[in-house]
Amino acid sequence: MSKTSEVSSQKVYDQAARAHRIRSGVAKTLIYLLLGLWALMVLFPFYWMVLTSVKDYAAYNAEYVPRFYTLSPTIENYVSAFTTVSLGRYFLNTLIFTLLTTGIMLVVVVLAAFGFARLEFRGKNLVFTLFLALMMIPTELVVITNFVTITNWGLRNTFLGLILPSVTSVFYIYLLEENFEQIPDSLYKAAKVDGTSDIKYLLKVMLPISQPTIVTITILKVIECWNSYVWPRLITDNEKYFLVSNGIQEIRENGFGRENIPAMMAAVVVISIPLIVLFLIFHKKIMVGVSRGGTKG
Amino acid sequence: MKVVLDHLTKRFPNRNRKIKTEVVAVDDFTFEIPDGKLVGLLGPSGCGKSTTLNLICGLEKPTSGRIYFGDDDVTNLPPELRGVGMVFQNYALYPHLTVLENILFPLENLKGDKRLSKEAMRSRALEAAHLVQIDALLERRPAQMSGGQQQRVAIARALVKMPRVLLLDEPLSNLDARLRLQTREEIRRIQRETGITTVFVTHDQEEAMSISDVIVVMEKGVLQQIGKPQSVYDDPTNLFVAKFLGTPPIDVFNGEIRGGLLYLGKDAVLPVAGYREGKVTVGIRPEGFVPDEKGPLCCRLVGVEVMGRDTSVVAAHPALTTNTMRAIVDTDSGVDPNALEVRFSLKSRKVCLFDAETGARLYAPTV
Amino acid sequence: MKQNNLKGWLYLLPAIAFLGLFMVYPLVDVLVYSFEEGYNFASQTDMGTGLYNYSYVLHDPYFMQAVKNTFILVIITVPLSTGFALVISLALSSIKKLRDAFQTIYFLPYVTNTLAVGLVFMVLFKRTDYTEGMVNLLINWFGGESVDFIDGPYWAKMFVMCFYTIWVVLPFKILILTSALASVNPDYYKVAQVDATPRWRVFTRITLPMISPMLFYLIITGFIGAFKAYSDEVALFGTNLNAAGMNTIVGYVYDMLYGDSGGYPSYAAAAALILFAIVLTITVINLLVSNRRVKI
Repeated sequence: MSKTSEVSSQKVYDQAARAHRIRSGVAKTLIYLLLGLWALMVLFPFYWMVLTSVKDYAAYNAEYVPRFYTLSPTIENYVSAFTTVSLGRYFLNTLIFTLLTTGIMLVVVVLAAFGFARLEFRGKNLVFTLFLALMMIPTELVVITNFVTITNWGLRNTFLGLILPSVTSVFYIYLLEENFEQIPDSLYKAAKVDGTSDIKYLLKVMLPISQPTIVTITILKVIECWNSYVWPRLITDNEKYFLVSNGIQEIRENGFGRENIPAMMAAVVVISIPLIVLFLIFHKKIMVGVSRGGTKG
Repeated sequence: MKVVLDHLTKRFPNRNRKIKTEVVAVDDFTFEIPDGKLVGLLGPSGCGKSTTLNLICGLEKPTSGRIYFGDDDVTNLPPELRGVGMVFQNYALYPHLTVLENILFPLENLKGDKRLSKEAMRSRALEAAHLVQIDALLERRPAQMSGGQQQRVAIARALVKMPRVLLLDEPLSNLDARLRLQTREEIRRIQRETGITTVFVTHDQEEAMSISDVIVVMEKGVLQQIGKPQSVYDDPTNLFVAKFLGTPPIDVFNGEIRGGLLYLGKDAVLPVAGYREGKVTVGIRPEGFVPDEKGPLCCRLVGVEVMGRDTSVVAAHPALTTNTMRAIVDTDSGVDPNALEVRFSLKSRKVCLFDAETGARLYAPTV
Repeated sequence: MKQNNLKGWLYLLPAIAFLGLFMVYPLVDVLVYSFEEGYNFASQTDMGTGLYNYSYVLHDPYFMQAVKNTFILVIITVPLSTGFALVISLALSSIKKLRDAFQTIYFLPYVTNTLAVGLVFMVLFKRTDYTEGMVNLLINWFGGESVDFIDGPYWAKMFVMCFYTIWVVLPFKILILTSALASVNPDYYKVAQVDATPRWRVFTRITLPMISPMLFYLIITGFIGAFKAYSDEVALFGTNLNAAGMNTIVGYVYDMLYGDSGGYPSYAAAAALILFAIVLTITVINLLVSNRRVKI
């Protein structure tokens, strides 16, 4: 090989290296552009709702062409969100509903998962198979009868009526049962030898070990409860028992007078905040939880 | 294709972000891998040998220094343009493709005038498969094969595009002991047949010694020694290399030079003229001990293990840095297993002296 | 042993009681309802059994409108949202800086109340006498004509509905796909790079096959979810979806059950069972296709 050809092959390499650098630089820029654009799409509605909620009612209605900022923010809309409509009550109702439903559900689910995972009794496998089969049933199918049942029991416009149908979840039982199964049987036998009762073993050993799954289930259920709309709408027509979703719908249809958008947005901000704050604090845990819950099914 | 590393350095930011210091994975490496040789990069885990391999491959960019393939500077070239073949520790065979599809994969990537016809690709792939002797498995998927077979497929896939340099990352570590022996011979054979410059990484000194033309010993990112396996074994440049190579390992004593004699404890074992007087660290290869009733080194006998080919004598001596030492002696040397004591004379060729502080090799003065 | 039997059942008792009452019994009951002709909720009487409820529902123009809306929604949003989620996830997994920040932002819609944020979308898209609305402002900037997306033409309403649905379902899909992508062994990409594999080929021959089980999972659940669309529509167009012409099948079921047009549980049951049949069919088809495709 002659000296000149070596030099030129070196040149080819350098060119290739530079071309590669430029190409990957351009690709990186495009990728960030795309990601930034979608981030904007996601954040913009949130920005708009906060912005609108601090605009003065009169000023807002005077804007034929909407403005992207405001120079005179006001909290007046937030005041009227709590005074003109009973946002505080909706809020409290949802909190009670969420806590009670999640709490009772955890007890029911944990007991059932423990029964399936650790206890031996006749008919267990059959029942478990039936449970799994129930996972395929959509809620839309059973809501009709549940509505009739709760109505017949006279439980409309009560917390009991709101809560009862949603305190079990076959999917969560399955998720937790799977987790319990992974805990070595030897631990259970050791506890039995030490004379530990089943309940104590469940509380002191299994629950702490399965904490990540419990957290996942709790998170998913809390989000579900906070956003639930259909069942509460069917079962409540008394404003005293409205949850936030129904409250917001009520506000929209006859609350502030149809056109008081800033006050509506203030209400929207208020009911969105708890979950967003919760999310910002625990975003790692929540995202891991949702993806675990989502991919196991 | 010879490969030259020129003052190559690679630093990583510390994994723990709170610590601002950098980790130096490869520290100022300079050496040349001669064309067509099989080179073993050897060192304990975390010594930077895999990073060095990744630098040669192009998967990592060096912090400073240059890499040459032949006379071409490839430092800034991305891996896909370097023309290297790489076999990963876990083989990285595509699980959804058959063996043949896996081997064809790199060929199908070729573009422009390098692109081969369908038939040419197929015959090249079959050739590679034949070279690693997996002709019969072409329609299998990776999950249906043993570790050794997967390894061969991975090698075939790396070889099929006729790389200028073949890189193997811990090629034998996922195989069981018997397969390991067999596969390392296989690698040696394939390398001989193709004549491709090959670099492999291993932490197993026996593996590196047995098949390499050249071994490169590394420790904590620093190149310790480079050379033919036998010469590195016989002539280690420092205590680390001496201890790292050899099974059973070298026996290490605290010694002292007084009046031209090397003392191990009270025993004056060898005349050593010309060295500086004072404390030294002494390394003696197990095969450097010769049982001798009048020998100068007197040890307490701990046990005798008959290995068949030779005999392993386990003994203790006050100057040892370890509890016991091991000597490999002829089966007919007549060491009485029930004796309390055993005396040795030493083969001076098998004795190395090291600085007691730094562990650097002390050489005999040349005349 | 006998005692252990009892104890086992005791642990399951709450779950069995609730499920029996609110899942198993309703399942049977809904079938009964759907075949009871002329069932009167107030007097709890019926006029015999038959297929009349199904025939009524299938001949109801509102139901057919709901079916049409739902199908359009499904056909548009499932492929678009899955494809877009894939693009974003790929982009996300190719960067290091700001990755966590982007991921967190993208997930935000998942934890918000769809009714509440739907109201914001309505404000953004709506055109009233007082204001053109935010989106129309943008359209005008690019020289387009203003459209009322909330009370205007059908295609405009359908557009908002699909857009909002995609906005709402993307977080989950992005999350699942990014974790699927992250679980692919990076050595595959390294070896592909060493072998000079072009990007597109890396994507089609390595990435796609490796994540295809997750992708099919998302498509199947995406179909099921989109067929059950309801509250997003309420958020955008209000509770009277029939009047807006934007009702969905689930919406039809609830309207039959309750509200101004309600009181017909039999029709609701028939509609719900029709929906169930549709979803089941589509899921089975999906599974058959994916079983043939996904072989690892």
